[in-house]
Amino acid sequence: MIAFSHVHKRYPGGFEALTDVSFAIGSGELVLVTGHSGAGKSTLIKLIAAIELASSGTVIISGQNLAKLKPAAVPFVRRRFGIVFQDHKLLYDRNVFQNVLLPLQIAAFDGRDAGRRARAALDKVGLLAKEKAMPITLSGGEQQRVCIARAVVHRPAVLLVDEPTGNLDEAYARDIVELFRSFHQVGVTVVIATHDRLVAEQLSARTIHLEQGRVAA
Amino acid sequence: MKSWLRDHARAMRDASGRIVANPMPSLLNVLVIGVALSLPVGLYLGLTHLQSFTRQLSSDPQISIFLGLDADSSEVAAIDQKLRTDPEVGSFRLIPRAQALADLKRRAGLSDVLENLKQNPLPDAFVATARDNRPETLERLRGEAAVWPKVAHVQLDSEWARKLDAALRLGRTAVGILGVLMAAALVAVTFNTIRLQILTRREEIEVSKLIGATNPFIRRPFLWFGALQGVAGGLAAWLIIALAVYLLNRDLAGLAALYSASFRLPGLSLEDAGSLLGFAALLGWLGAWLSVSRHLWQIEPR
Repeated sequence: MIAFSHVHKRYPGGFEALTDVSFAIGSGELVLVTGHSGAGKSTLIKLIAAIELASSGTVIISGQNLAKLKPAAVPFVRRRFGIVFQDHKLLYDRNVFQNVLLPLQIAAFDGRDAGRRARAALDKVGLLAKEKAMPITLSGGEQQRVCIARAVVHRPAVLLVDEPTGNLDEAYARDIVELFRSFHQVGVTVVIATHDRLVAEQLSARTIHLEQGRVAA
Repeated sequence: MKSWLRDHARAMRDASGRIVANPMPSLLNVLVIGVALSLPVGLYLGLTHLQSFTRQLSSDPQISIFLGLDADSSEVAAIDQKLRTDPEVGSFRLIPRAQALADLKRRAGLSDVLENLKQNPLPDAFVATARDNRPETLERLRGEAAVWPKVAHVQLDSEWARKLDAALRLGRTAVGILGVLMAAALVAVTFNTIRLQILTRREEIEVSKLIGATNPFIRRPFLWFGALQGVAGGLAAWLIIALAVYLLNRDLAGLAALYSASFRLPGLSLEDAGSLLGFAALLGWLGAWLSVSRHLWQIEPR
């Protein structure tokens, strides 16, 4: 489903974030991408989601080589993923419900169906009661949950998660990680980039460990 | 198709919501657009009406032949005979000096002044039309009549109308140039409004792109905003023109009454108003499209 072959990623200025990275992730897998800060985890997530393009090598998603995609096709690739961002990337001028609704509006869902799905996603993360709240009034953990609801609301085949427990206390972090496990259990491919050992211990999943941009043996 | 329409409906709701949510800036923009559109459209309307009026007057050019005050009835009859036998004259009629004076008293409301005159200052006159209205035929007739005995003055009545028509054509060209400049101003106003909106919504655009929004999805609310703002500006222009026509007609009625005439400026017809609104919407859409095309590609999520 996701295949990297000899992927290099160099940023303007010469910094090489990934060097000769190769791996494959099958459908329905739960995979952890681990490593210290600056090891290239976030870059790897961005390459999968076609937010960045590889400098060399090939990234194949569901049989499609991302380097050969026309720019107009990129948004449709991104819609296959649900992305949980490290900094949440919520829209602070919209309430919780409207934030979660956004991917469904982008995919032009019917209004009533979209509303039903958005509420179901909020229910799943335990925030249905706060659907009218503005994100700024929520705690960091709640904002993370809104971000997760937005990532799964359109039922993506792959969930990409970047540092999900970065700013959370341990109990809250465990709840969030359990949420990802529950998505994996219903067949969603989950890729989690984390430097948090607790996450790795809690999930005991296949791990791709990065060191200075390379996959460690 | 259904989802495409649904997305347009969403974009239109989003755009109209933003107009309503910022009433003061929206109102000022609409006012600027309204004034910019009403100037050339109002002037064009006035000139077009005046031009059709003068064309009506000059559609059947007449030659007025004024005789000397000392012309007697036999000399008048001789000219009558010349006109009757001239193959190029289509029709003619004599306006005797007494009748001309009576008409003047009746039409211009000058009876008090005219009553005090010791003698009738008006001459006998013939008003003739040619068989064809070619300028050379009219000129030849004028030249011939001018040298007939007892003819004091020959005048082509359509000449002033033709001069006015030429002046009006010049005016229309000037209004056309003004219209193009004002249309460019409208596009510029919308361009700048949308540029500011894109800047303030940069984060939203980035997030939307990250989760799979296409450029048309992001562009649509801005295009609708431009078009709706244009329509609102067009409506404002319509109102401004209607108000101006009402006020001008109030004063024109008084002026025309002094000349025993009636003259009214027409307002915009429904068809014209529809064209104005459509044109304004198109210009607003164009300004928005130029702005979005210029600025959207600069926003790529990282």
